[in-house]
Amino acid sequence: MRGVRKAFGGTIALDGVDLAVRGGEVCALVGQNGAGKSTLMSVLAGATLPDAGSMTLNGAPYAPRDPREARNAGVAMIYQELSLAPHMSVMDNIALGLEPSRQGVLGSVGLLQRDAMRRTARSALSQLGHSDIPVDVPVGELSPAAQQLVEIARALACGCRVLVLDEPTSSLAHGDVRKLFELIGRLKQQGHAIVYISHFIEEVTEVSDRFVVLRDGRNAGEGVTTETSADRIVSLMVGRTLDDLYPRGRRAIGEPLLRLEELSPGRLDPASFTLHRGEILGIAGLLGAGRTRLLRGLFALDPVKSGSVKLGVHRGPSAPAEWWQHGMGMLSEDRTGEGLATNLNIADNLTMTRLEGPARGFFVSPSQQRHSATQWIERLEIRSTGPAQVVARLSGGNQQKVALARLLHHDVDVLVLDEPTRGIDVASKAQIYKLIDELVRNPGAGRPARAVLVVSSYFPELLALCDRIAVMSRGHLSEPRPASEWTEHALVMEASGTGLPHRSEGRP
Amino acid sequence: MRRFQDAGVLAGLAIVAILFGLLIGPQFFSAANLELMARQTAIVCVAALGMTMVIVAGGIDLSVGSVIALSTVVTAQLLRADSWPLVAAAGAIGAGAACGLMNGVLITGLRVVPFIITLGTMLLVRGAAKGLADERRLEAPLTWLNSMLRTVRDGSGVLLPWGIWVVILLAVLVAITLQFTRFGRHLFAIGSNERTARLCGVRVERRKIAVYTIAGAFAGLAGVMEFSRLSVGDPTVAIGAELGVIAAVIIGGGSLSGGKGTVVGTIAGAGIMTLIQIGCSQHGLPNWVQEIVTGTIIVFAVALDHFRSRVSR
Repeated sequence: MRGVRKAFGGTIALDGVDLAVRGGEVCALVGQNGAGKSTLMSVLAGATLPDAGSMTLNGAPYAPRDPREARNAGVAMIYQELSLAPHMSVMDNIALGLEPSRQGVLGSVGLLQRDAMRRTARSALSQLGHSDIPVDVPVGELSPAAQQLVEIARALACGCRVLVLDEPTSSLAHGDVRKLFELIGRLKQQGHAIVYISHFIEEVTEVSDRFVVLRDGRNAGEGVTTETSADRIVSLMVGRTLDDLYPRGRRAIGEPLLRLEELSPGRLDPASFTLHRGEILGIAGLLGAGRTRLLRGLFALDPVKSGSVKLGVHRGPSAPAEWWQHGMGMLSEDRTGEGLATNLNIADNLTMTRLEGPARGFFVSPSQQRHSATQWIERLEIRSTGPAQVVARLSGGNQQKVALARLLHHDVDVLVLDEPTRGIDVASKAQIYKLIDELVRNPGAGRPARAVLVVSSYFPELLALCDRIAVMSRGHLSEPRPASEWTEHALVMEASGTGLPHRSEGRP
Repeated sequence: MRRFQDAGVLAGLAIVAILFGLLIGPQFFSAANLELMARQTAIVCVAALGMTMVIVAGGIDLSVGSVIALSTVVTAQLLRADSWPLVAAAGAIGAGAACGLMNGVLITGLRVVPFIITLGTMLLVRGAAKGLADERRLEAPLTWLNSMLRTVRDGSGVLLPWGIWVVILLAVLVAITLQFTRFGRHLFAIGSNERTARLCGVRVERRKIAVYTIAGAFAGLAGVMEFSRLSVGDPTVAIGAELGVIAAVIIGGGSLSGGKGTVVGTIAGAGIMTLIQIGCSQHGLPNWVQEIVTGTIIVFAVALDHFRSRVSR
């Protein structure tokens, strides 16, 4: 790809970007959200037509007009959100769009050749070294990791030689990430060219041979991964050094605010802890360990079997409305599915829990909504055209800031944050860390310090941010311990259930 | 964005009006003809106001036609029992609200999609109306209720029949509710993303029950207006009326996936359909042409809306 340019309206998304990938090579494409990675890849995959620039594939000019042409030419994109039909079988999904029909009359009426489809699916899966995935079960019944394999198998089945993986690990647990990397290595050896897009620098350094950095729609640097330090890559992305990614001021732990007493949502073991004013308590855990279920039970989004939650004098299980009223707010891990109403604008999303207006809030004043939203847009540096912009059009990082701003606007005492920085760019991450740190130290305007409960599967951020950390593993929450007593290694061990011996005593 | 969307429907309304104006001549816009159109639109409009709120909240109500029929029967029965006309009207609106309440409670209680629930209640209410009327048309004594939509030339109402003023008042109230009250903003939130609304402390179930109840009351009022025109209680009236009502909301920019819809759009949508009906019949075009034109407009209005939101994205 040479000199690719693309502008959407007034904003220039790509300004003369070059990218080259050889067969048998993994090239990491890194950059913050809004740097132009997605646009560049959708040009490559034929979903977006470039304004200028040229592409060649195996030396021949390549200019796909739609994704089907790109796929036929051998370029496939594996998107962040998997694009499989959950009710159809693995085999049907892999063969989707290239179903071999029967010859003659039967073929012309579209009768399918199931045996051939089965063979195609089996061979594609075995090429990935995963012939263990059954081809007849509906895709929706497979784990996210297996679904991703099916998606990759589908790309291989159409004979694709160039694979673009967009944030492939965002929905995977730790062990599955390992397997994916092995798979990428195998694909590389088979001579495929792979473009790997990720926010995780650790992954990039591990899996890629070369890297290309985009910043503000331009090439910001590239190099051989093994010869470059992670710090260097990050500073190329950000355009500055990263000393202040995790700021940490002096904190003063105050009185207890939130108390969980043997709370047991769903099939989780009873969990207890106390969160104090001026404290950040982290819950570390892998995907599926039950962290999210615990938070949802705590916030009364899901039913609770037994136990109680105490916030000041208020005692739950309660309803989300009451928790907001008593000064506790929650940030969902599922930003677009639950956290935000993406068809509504920034002002509506931001003020949803606290609509202000005359007659004690019976009426809502849109101008007041806009006014509040504008203030938060400025304070959190949310990149947008203004409070009336629809949330769906914002980048992931800016969406997350809107979701977080809702808690700030509501002025809650206790912030419950589920994966606050998942899938967002480094600059937004740094800002969110800074904000959380400020909240527990000095939220300004003479307000007392807040308390934050944060769940994450990205352990370095917990270690840097939290005062105490508890680990959730297979539905069991450990006793919280000071963050200084933990290392990343210990957290991984504990979270994957191979932890310290005292762990087993906690389970009945 | 919202205003822009209404501009599209209003432009559509203007185009259709001008087109028929050219075909038929200036008498198409005579005061008498405009009043006729308003009187014809009124009933659909009232039901569509309620439907707009339901659709904004991501729901749908297929039982509207049956509720209208039930309401005419209730009005007639009460008048036959020598009730005051106001009590008869209130009773009919109350019956509509009760049907709406039933819809809301079933939808939130059983967690079945509104399409199915209201498909069921559509039959159920229709059956109840027929039972209550003993499967006959019920004659009822003439009262001032019957002047609701009678033309002003007969001396009822100022400038417009008084029933039309009621519709205008309700339209203003619903528009204010949707845009400027907490309840209205919550409906948009629920329709746009129910999970977000729940996370944000919106009491989703209560809001839904409320919105279906209100929509039922509006359908009940539409039934009273229908009665005022027919002056009989007829359990077989307004079969399929829900489709016209839904079409008005959709042409007006409402989205069946929720989170979108305005009062101005809905009224313009209902207006477009009435214009076509009256225009076609006055131009001497047969009924089937009207239906083809209306159908085409529904399809293109929605397609245009999708196209526009894709382009602007």
